[in-house]
Amino acid sequence: MTNTAINLVMYEDEFKKIDEELQRLYQQSNAKLVFLVDKNGQLIAIAGETHNVDTTSLASLTAGNIAATGGMARLLGEKEFSLIYNEGERDNVHISLVGQWVILVVVFDQRSSLGLVRLRVKKSSEVLARIFDEIHQKAESAKKEGKIEESPFAEITDEDIDKLFR
Amino acid sequence: MSFINYSSREINCKIVYYGPGLCGKTTNLQYIYKKTNPEQKGKLISLATETERTLFFDFLPLALGDIKGFRVRFHLYTVPGQVFYAASRKLILKGVDGVVFVADSQIDRMEANIESLEDLKINLSEQGYDLEKLPFVIQYNKRDLPNIVPVDELNKVLNPNGVPYFEAVATQGTGVFETLKGIAKLVLLELKKNY
Ligand SMILES: Nc1nc2c(ncn2[C@@H]2O[C@H](COP(=O)(O)OP(=O)(O)OP(=O)(O)O)[C@@H](O)[C@H]2O)c(=O)[nH]1
Ligand SMILES: [Mg+2]
Repeated sequence: MTNTAINLVMYEDEFKKIDEELQRLYQQSNAKLVFLVDKNGQLIAIAGETHNVDTTSLASLTAGNIAATGGMARLLGEKEFSLIYNEGERDNVHISLVGQWVILVVVFDQRSSLGLVRLRVKKSSEVLARIFDEIHQKAESAKKEGKIEESPFAEITDEDIDKLFR
Repeated sequence: MSFINYSSREINCKIVYYGPGLCGKTTNLQYIYKKTNPEQKGKLISLATETERTLFFDFLPLALGDIKGFRVRFHLYTVPGQVFYAASRKLILKGVDGVVFVADSQIDRMEANIESLEDLKINLSEQGYDLEKLPFVIQYNKRDLPNIVPVDELNKVLNPNGVPYFEAVATQGTGVFETLKGIAKLVLLELKKNY
């Protein structure tokens, strides 16, 4: 919606593919929780033990984390640090970049191991990166062709907006 | 960069409160948090110093309701206003959909307001944004204090393009929701243009 950014628009098909891949990663890595966040901190999809977890806050802090390490990387002349790993007493968190758009987070405990998580993350990242490439290509070509999908927002009225603030 | 999810029928928009140190950005979010129904808000996360100055950001997710069958979520962020947190400020602006500039109305904060607004423009342009094309509103905060600049004067200096502006006393909540509504409106109308 601004001059440079392409908006991320996700449809049913792609969401399903992403969801399936996350479920697979969750199972195969023996993780507690697996989720995808866009670089702006918005949660895209999640799999695993989500009850009692404030996923919105987690997503925002994850993006903040990646943004901060990314900023550090540039100051040090690196393009980006592609991995952040936090070890806790019970849970460990593995955060990595998928392509240039999204962040993949795996939370795991002693039922799994860093080696296993790494291996599975690598595989899933390739799959996910391909899906996101598709999404962005789709968005770009739609933009070029000036194609406006049956937009639900084309007819937003002042009244719709006022209603939000009642 | 808003994020529209047709699968979960949600739309997410990022709004950033910008402005000089101590102008009242965090206070805006605290008031919004206090006055919103529990089912409409998430946690207010503040990454702050021990003296309650914002260190990295404050974050408040809001889901105020639906538009055309889509859940509209606003993610509100504040930046750290202190000059030496420049690097962090830049990061928070990534992917922004709308900006609220909170100005401190006190006479002796005018320099700081001007500097911060300049800093905002530079940081945006470094990321390929243009403030003039972005949904943007201004809040003149701290209208309760004695030594303040008249609104006309503030507009002349800080608002040459005549974007929507709101007078506020964030500590008492005056003007806080008006400001939020003002920016939300511009952000949503922008969606209408682009989809
Ligand atoms: N009198 C008065 N004080 C205010 C008003 N709004 C905020 N304050 C006070 O100003 C001080 C700073 O407010 P914050 O909201 O923390 O300021 P900030 O912009 O987040 O500051 P940084 O995090 O350093 O960038 C606090 O003591 C607030 O209570 C106002 O409208 N009137
Ligand atoms: Mg603050």
